[in-house]
Amino acid sequence: MAAVLWNRTPQGPLEYSRRLWLKLLLFATFFFLYSPIAVLIAFSFNTSKRNITWQGFTLNNYVVAWNNPDLLDAFTNSLIIAFCSTLVSTLIGGMVGLQLWRFRFPGKTAYEAFMALPIVIPEISMGVALMAFFIRIGWLTSDVGWPLNLGPIIVAHIAFSFPFVSIVVRSRMVGFNVQLEEASRDLGANQWQTFRYVLVPFMKPGLVAGALLAFTLSLDDFVITYFTSGPGSVTFPVKVYSLVRRGVTPDINAASTVLIAITVIATVLAMKLQAPTKAAKG
Amino acid sequence: MSEPIVSIRNVSKKFPGGVVAVDQVSFDIGQNEFFALLGPSGCGKTTLLRMISGLEPMSGGQILIGGEDMANTPPNKRPTNMVFQSYAVFPHMTVEQNVAYGLKVTGVAADETKRRVAEALDMVKLTELAARKPDQMSGGQRQRVALARALVKRPKVLLLDEPLSALDAKLREDMRLELTRLQETVGITFIIVTHDQDEALSMASRIAVMEKGAVQQIATPAELYEHPVNRFVADFIGKVNLIDARVTSQSATAVHCEAKGLGRIDLPANKPCGATVCIATRPEKLKITRQEPQEPGLVKVQGLVRDVAYYGDTSHVVVEAADGLNLAINMQNDSRGGGAGVARGQKVWVHWLPAESIILTE
Repeated sequence: MAAVLWNRTPQGPLEYSRRLWLKLLLFATFFFLYSPIAVLIAFSFNTSKRNITWQGFTLNNYVVAWNNPDLLDAFTNSLIIAFCSTLVSTLIGGMVGLQLWRFRFPGKTAYEAFMALPIVIPEISMGVALMAFFIRIGWLTSDVGWPLNLGPIIVAHIAFSFPFVSIVVRSRMVGFNVQLEEASRDLGANQWQTFRYVLVPFMKPGLVAGALLAFTLSLDDFVITYFTSGPGSVTFPVKVYSLVRRGVTPDINAASTVLIAITVIATVLAMKLQAPTKAAKG
Repeated sequence: MSEPIVSIRNVSKKFPGGVVAVDQVSFDIGQNEFFALLGPSGCGKTTLLRMISGLEPMSGGQILIGGEDMANTPPNKRPTNMVFQSYAVFPHMTVEQNVAYGLKVTGVAADETKRRVAEALDMVKLTELAARKPDQMSGGQRQRVALARALVKRPKVLLLDEPLSALDAKLREDMRLELTRLQETVGITFIIVTHDQDEALSMASRIAVMEKGAVQQIATPAELYEHPVNRFVADFIGKVNLIDARVTSQSATAVHCEAKGLGRIDLPANKPCGATVCIATRPEKLKITRQEPQEPGLVKVQGLVRDVAYYGDTSHVVVEAADGLNLAINMQNDSRGGGAGVARGQKVWVHWLPAESIILTE
């Protein structure tokens, strides 16, 4: 052990990776960050009804979760909401990102700050505000039936996720060589063709990354959704919260594991697409 | 000059904030010319090129291309195409798609597009790389793509913005030859913007030297070099010895002046000069001898060799004469016997024929 921790060659001043205290800190961080998640996933395969002792491996919890109609409904709602809000927030966020990258106009700084507000505003405040707003315009109180009752949640999700898309798209566009656009105009393309054939292909990785970000944000949002959901529009995180109050059962572990898997896949894709490509400049 | 293809009339560009990039510039560029806009950075040459392309709006004046006023013609409708400094090759398209782009967006038929793209790729020797993406190519190859992409449109005028500045020295040399060859082959007008005087001198048929938004002189390379109209042009094109002088009297064919370090000298002049002039002499026109030259009529001065720089084919010598006058002399090392034949600290005579000097009045 000592041989591993204490190397014979003297440490350089910047060789932090060889300091013991830093290694311990790293270990502690990973431990507290990932062990609860690892336990959650592990116990989703547990035969015991309680999340305390390991008794044996089973996939039964996944079947139970699948056969719970409330849980499945909530999951379906979450997916529908995530899909719709992703679509719209990608569109709006893309436009805002392009606008902020491209144009200078009076009051731009203030406008920019307002566009980023949903990111910094406490979720609880935004949730309360949106709830009050939807009650005032009668969206939460009138019974419109499924799936229209998901409307308020979708609007709320769009409101907090499009700024993230706009930031991703804008930072992507910073690497754009404006001469590409001029070249396109010079070669005979009109504004629309230039947008379609030159700008959009360049934006695409940013748009996809932003969309995946919006998707995961929507899928696991709890606070804002909690305030904007009615009896018929419960999402998966809200449902899990209500179930957990009666004790954590392994089927919730199973459902959570599925959610983790979806989120991780989306995030990995987003990061891959955001990675700077060699072809970023013309 | 043949019928002008581009006429620039009183063209100005003022940027917001009051900077005047181009100030009332007027000149014509003829059919099939290889025309260079030469000047230091910030002289307005690129802005002028961009105004010809239509990418930069003018603040005043008129640009005619092929006799037509371009005032209301957007860049995508002008008979000009540009090769950008950064090449601006579309990164998400293959070489072939890049070259075809300008034809595709203007609705040229597919079979004609195919034929013309193949032709253009052949012209810049990129046929083998047609399926490559730009990030798999070198800077020189990307530049060829940019050239093919512009030439495939068959413009009346090809605009090149510092096309060689991003290439390394060897490639730059090759591209110079290739550009002149290409210009002869396609027979269209090339307008090139450059800050590199060697580039302009070696490629262009005519050069406009610009400084502070104004054209200082438009002439052929040899004329610019041997007959610069003012101090700026003389100094910017090649190396030059500039000596301030006070005019004492002037006859119909000569001026008598009192030059710094040289004393009283007589120089041929056929135009009236003011009270002070500047005598410009190219370093290769100056000669060095150990003994005082005896021929009559020479401009001569004795001095001390301050510096000798050996360049293989030439040696650059600096001689310091009286009054702190420093003279640069380029010597041809035309025999194998020991370079310049002068050494630092030596006392020498520098002399030249009066006719080799240019009298600059401004």
